[in-house]
Amino acid sequence: MTITVYISQDTTALAVGADRVATAFVQAAHNAEFSYTLVRNGSRGAFGLEPLIEIEMGVQGRLAFGPVSVSDVPSLVSAITDGEYDCHPNYLGPVNTIPWLENQTRITFKRCGEGDPTDLANYRALGGYRGLDRALTLSPQAIVDEIKVSGLRGRGGAAFPTGIKWQTVLDAQGEQKYIVCNADEGDSGTFADRLLMEADPYQLIEGMTISGLAVGATKGFIYLRSEYPRAQKMLEKAIDVAVAEGYLGADLCGSGQRFELEVRMGAGSYICGEETALLNSLEGKRGVVRAKPPLPAIEGLFGKPTVVNNVLTLASVSSILADGGAEYARHGVDRSKGTMPLQLAGNIKNGGLIEVPFGVSLNKVINEWGGGTRSGRPVRAVQVGGPLGSYLSSDQLDVPLTYEVLAELGGMLGHGGIVVFDDTVDMAKQAHFAMDFCAKESCGKCTPCRIGAVRGREVLDRVVDSTASSNDLILLRDLCETMEQASLCAMGGLTPLPVKSAMDNFPEDFGVTDNPYEVAV
Amino acid sequence: MLSKHSLPVKAMKVSLEKTVEQTAAKHAASQGGLLPCLHEIQSELGYIPNTHLENIATAFSLSTAEVHGVVSFYHDFRTSPSAPQSIQICCAEACQASGSRELEAGVADVLGVEFDETHPTDNYRLERVYCLGNCACGPSVRINDEVYGRVELASLPQLVTEALQP
Repeated sequence: MTITVYISQDTTALAVGADRVATAFVQAAHNAEFSYTLVRNGSRGAFGLEPLIEIEMGVQGRLAFGPVSVSDVPSLVSAITDGEYDCHPNYLGPVNTIPWLENQTRITFKRCGEGDPTDLANYRALGGYRGLDRALTLSPQAIVDEIKVSGLRGRGGAAFPTGIKWQTVLDAQGEQKYIVCNADEGDSGTFADRLLMEADPYQLIEGMTISGLAVGATKGFIYLRSEYPRAQKMLEKAIDVAVAEGYLGADLCGSGQRFELEVRMGAGSYICGEETALLNSLEGKRGVVRAKPPLPAIEGLFGKPTVVNNVLTLASVSSILADGGAEYARHGVDRSKGTMPLQLAGNIKNGGLIEVPFGVSLNKVINEWGGGTRSGRPVRAVQVGGPLGSYLSSDQLDVPLTYEVLAELGGMLGHGGIVVFDDTVDMAKQAHFAMDFCAKESCGKCTPCRIGAVRGREVLDRVVDSTASSNDLILLRDLCETMEQASLCAMGGLTPLPVKSAMDNFPEDFGVTDNPYEVAV
Repeated sequence: MLSKHSLPVKAMKVSLEKTVEQTAAKHAASQGGLLPCLHEIQSELGYIPNTHLENIATAFSLSTAEVHGVVSFYHDFRTSPSAPQSIQICCAEACQASGSRELEAGVADVLGVEFDETHPTDNYRLERVYCLGNCACGPSVRINDEVYGRVELASLPQLVTEALQP
């Protein structure tokens, strides 16, 4: 019987010891004269169970053990060789029956963790490149129409309809057009892009290739943050293989069509996740935000029509083309179609990636999937949508996660990050951090963001030091309003969200219990 | 001083200039090649020498001020020599929620080095970083290219000893 053992090489799996576990496994198996093939796969995103070991043998399918520590390994190996694996304390059952994974609707992340991320034959065997095969038989307009039918909206945070963006680029005149993948996943609490690039890089490559065919672009760039060295290695290797196998290059799968792809590294600037700053950075300039219009779809990279999409948006494209836009649109509610990869992070027992249809309740995600806080203390605040998202209080969690509902709450779903804080958090400090971070990372182009964030931090210095007056809070509201109304991009425009929501939902942390607006009147 | 650069001063200057010029020439023809060029120079030399920005500017047909503007914009780029190894403590929200504020406050004491400074004996630099993408298992620390999760202040010194290259 051939036995295959899977141990992840994902950044988080390694961060909690997957390499040490793999080394211990090799040693223990050698001692027990146990013969097997080791595959270093990507992660399924159930980070509470990492390091996860999956063992595939015969009819049982893939059996999961986790979280495994180095000291568990010898007994695990003997349990397997003795055939008594189901008595082992780390035994979780067949991997596809683990409730944490089973209760998800995996479309974009369905292949993550299945095998060696850069094994192209395996990607194909798991349904990969069916989308490109189909796209090669369609007209550019037909591809764009398929995306429109899917209802796909940008997964980076702004949620702009992807089909409309692509239509604009398709209709734009230009000899040269570009596809740019925004892989500058700078939001704390988010890691879906990283996980996907490390676990299933071909899906992104395929999606970008399809995007190129759809709008008539022959060149693509993946702009990757420098904090993700492992994703860089994985993408570069996958691109090399795809070129060698004819899935990238001058003659895509013998069709005569061209698409080339290159990874470009960022250099530690948060603002370069904003699409126009990203374009400047790709051009080799300071990552300063551009005024819109012109839209990047009309005048983007090097002044040419450019699709700028997030990793997850482009990755979704491959399954939309493979299975049809209507199939994708079957999931979700309202104008939030398809699935949303949520990332459960912060003070959480079982964090990780949860791909579910839009509309699942936040409470359910935190308590059923997450299992509550890691510290065991009560949840006090939850920040949804990254550093620029609102802080919700524990009585606001019974909401369905859709773009529309979060917007009604004065927040946003953003890139799907959910950061849980327990009752030890000081919300004035969190508001202070939001302004401080904006002051540090502002590109400096527009005054409300460049100066407003510094003034906001100064006010919050006084709040944190307990020397603030209620006038200070009125000033802070004013600053927030100016930043919201007058900033050029989302960074200045949305930094007030965490600040104001912290003040509104946790006024007791700001040294005043009255409503500052009433004081102003 | 870095062992890698312990050449005689004159030879070092020549080698700096040669590295900068060759790297700039290699990237100047590619579209938007300045960032890849700067990354490569920094990875070769450990920093981007201010004295040689002009050589880069010439290759890219830019002014020295423009190149300086780019170098100074990005947190990753340094214009003075730095320790060859680094320890980065993630100080962003998800890690704050799981204990990085304590790590941030206590790290200088337990390691004996302040943020943005080089350790007096161990030849690494201590830095803050904002998100390493390990947000479900924070607080996160990156030592060179490896990320470590669920790091506690008490266990940090041992982790550092094990993870640093000798």
